[in-house]
Amino acid sequence: MSGGDRIATPAERVAAVERALTDEGRIEAGTLDGLAASAEQQFDWHNGARVVAKAWTDPTYKARLLADGTKACAELGFEGPQGEYIVVLENTPTLHNAVVCTQCSCTAWPVLGLPPDWYKAPAYRARLVRAPRGVLAEMGVELAADVRVRITDTTAETRFLVLPLRPAGTEDWSEEALAAIVTRESMIGVALLTV
Amino acid sequence: MNGIHDLGGMEGFGAIDVESDEPTFHEGWQGRAFALNMLGIGILRAYNADEYRHAVERMAPAHYLGASYYERMLTGATTLLVEKGVLDLATLESIAGATIPLARAVADVVEDEIVEPAAASFAVGDRVRVRGVQFRGHTRVPRYVRGKTGVVLHVAPAFGHPDTSAHGFAARSEPTYHVEFEATELWGEDDLAGESVVVDLWESYLEAPQ
Repeated sequence: MSGGDRIATPAERVAAVERALTDEGRIEAGTLDGLAASAEQQFDWHNGARVVAKAWTDPTYKARLLADGTKACAELGFEGPQGEYIVVLENTPTLHNAVVCTQCSCTAWPVLGLPPDWYKAPAYRARLVRAPRGVLAEMGVELAADVRVRITDTTAETRFLVLPLRPAGTEDWSEEALAAIVTRESMIGVALLTV
Repeated sequence: MNGIHDLGGMEGFGAIDVESDEPTFHEGWQGRAFALNMLGIGILRAYNADEYRHAVERMAPAHYLGASYYERMLTGATTLLVEKGVLDLATLESIAGATIPLARAVADVVEDEIVEPAAASFAVGDRVRVRGVQFRGHTRVPRYVRGKTGVVLHVAPAFGHPDTSAHGFAARSEPTYHVEFEATELWGEDDLAGESVVVDLWESYLEAPQ
């Protein structure tokens, strides 16, 4: 090994790979930063908040969303990698859904953005499927005993979006105002919305 | 493989800390690591997404658990770029002036180890059992559902079968099934009644219950 005993930091490793690819003419300077910036812009969980708000205010859109999540998200322009087959899981007064990826950290990028750190952490990936109601309660989701708790593990190519319950007291709110109260955590099922 | 990545059901990891409104990338190198993997899969086409997932799973377990998500992504991508001959490890280490840790080598799996579908397709409402296959290569069956019985909630379209795709075997596609397992079935504890876990499983991972 030519690198000696010290282990390169991740930042040094990326820089070395980028430099080697540039030296070999495989990429140009700035290619990686450009890809990262466009991913950051394209994969934004606020898109999912717009889907949820529209479903809350437009019953025909909600029906389309539950019947074919991929197509209904694409109607609003939200499609692309990790959004090829989206299934929407509706929370109701008697069923609470939450989503995990125990083996890696798959999520629906076009509507949920790239996964946040807590979603990728071993604690969440390991524990949620083992004690669904208990772990959700620990995260602040207190559910009545008669509410069924269903965890979905993202183990294949379907990507999931939770449609959270619309909070009471928002009956006359506009779609735009509703979108502003939807959180990424509520669309993964680890938070309840209140106003 | 029964690897460190297959975390579902493990205990001892402590609290889940949610950072509210967290940024997409916390540091610049994380965005570049993400971009590198997109480049490797989508632009250079040096490897596919299943090979990528398997490369991350092949990381030494202590390295895997100690690494952040983007360090794991970087390690998987770098490992494959070296294994596929796109980059040379000695050159990378010479540029970095330090050691670059890669994942361990692929197990010597052969195509005959890939199981064929056990039954004709299943339908919503069918009871199904997860086959007890112990494949040493890449697979998407979590350990915690092997041998367990559940009910099909949804049938998804056919997608590329990861066990073959990750090892360069003849490509095949199969529908995947969203199978709901009662938590009482998974963990054997009565106080988990009213809780369930849905796992999305390729057809050849399943069989009709005996």
